Amino acid sequence: MSSATSVIEPIVFRWHQAEITAIAPVTPHVKSVRLRCALAQTYRAGQHVDVRLTAEDGYQAQRSYSIASAQDGSGTFELMIEALPDGEVSGWFSQCAEVGDRVEMRGPIGGSFSWDGPDGGPLLLGGGGSGVVPLLAMLRRRAQHWRAIPAALIYSARTHAEMIALAELEQLAATDPQVSLHLAATREPGGKRIDAALVAGALTRIGAPGKVFLCGSNRFVAAASDLIMAAGVAPGLIRTERFGA
Amino acid sequence: MVTRGFVGRRQPSETGARLPPGQYLTDDFPILQIGPNPIVDRATWRFTIREGSRPIKAWSWDEFEALPRTTWHGDIHCVTKWSKFDTTWEGVSFDDLLADAGIAAPTGFLLAESYDDYTTNVPVADLVGGRALVATRYAGEPIHPDHGGPARLFVPHLYFWKSAKWLKGLRFTQTDTAGFWELRGYHMYGDPWREQRYIGD
Repeated sequence: MSSATSVIEPIVFRWHQAEITAIAPVTPHVKSVRLRCALAQTYRAGQHVDVRLTAEDGYQAQRSYSIASAQDGSGTFELMIEALPDGEVSGWFSQCAEVGDRVEMRGPIGGSFSWDGPDGGPLLLGGGGSGVVPLLAMLRRRAQHWRAIPAALIYSARTHAEMIALAELEQLAATDPQVSLHLAATREPGGKRIDAALVAGALTRIGAPGKVFLCGSNRFVAAASDLIMAAGVAPGLIRTERFGA
Repeated sequence: MVTRGFVGRRQPSETGARLPPGQYLTDDFPILQIGPNPIVDRATWRFTIREGSRPIKAWSWDEFEALPRTTWHGDIHCVTKWSKFDTTWEGVSFDDLLADAGIAAPTGFLLAESYDDYTTNVPVADLVGGRALVATRYAGEPIHPDHGGPARLFVPHLYFWKSAKWLKGLRFTQTDTAGFWELRGYHMYGDPWREQRYIGD
């Protein structure tokens, strides 16, 4: 037992109060929700939090949401919450939540799907739908402190109108020569899904990636993983998060 | 702490009684893993039981398929809060594995080890007595690689991160030794009915 042991402080996730400080629509189905919470002091881009809501009679529901913001010292962070059909928790956020409301949170969770500058690059990011949210946090982190690290984002969504933070991403790609944006709108006329050409275009811009993060539906992540491995990227560089079926 | 205006979607009482705290029912089969599916070929697949670094017994795919089979039917629960009811799994029980290896469990704990270098720890007491399989079939079919095929650990009374996908072996350890997620804040044991999601729960 002496080999390969290291002292690791146990991570304990306790519930914290969080107060909503701002809500704004970002797409027809997604709202940006900014919350003030002690957890906002220390997290890594790509991590998520568990959110818990409690009814009058004590009934509780929990869901996980990726953090969209990079740490900014404000004591707040931003979630992007997509209103799902019959969504128990997302429905509350989309229809009921107001500034000043309080919820409970714990985390940040997800050490393997997270990035900071010392982890290096180049960064190849692939997001499907709201799976772009943790990748947005990584790009924001990079923009704060690590602009020398090349980054490419492949972003697939049904339509341009449903792309989260599209204006910010386009502005970033237009002004930062080390960032490239590769969009696939799957449900628009002439639209397409992620394919080998899109992956090749991203790899041409950044060179061989040092880190790959993919997040989205299972179908998107499976397709993106296969294409990226087919392009010669080692499987061990790829980290994935999936939601839905 | 009550959340203003939150009512929640109550489950029918029959469903609610089957759902551990904090879980919701899904008809989907969500897929969660740390990276891409590793490529696992049945022709070269080996399953090895070790005590520490010492191999005790290894099986090829054909040898493994010839072992006695056990079927399990029931509900599974993921730490990401979904539960799925009435699933059917088939494989080789941990008891039958030990019997075929001709050993009793040499220690009280083990680490499940996967082809993608994922690991997770489980006490031996939670594997014996028909409580766990090395599963090779789901719903009557070979397990799809997305769900851990060709073989995955199956310990349905614990959160499903303990049921390691793409299993390549079981390593007995002298002490309860944290695996991949357990090093990252997940609970060492992971009982859904006590909602042991993370350390300290």
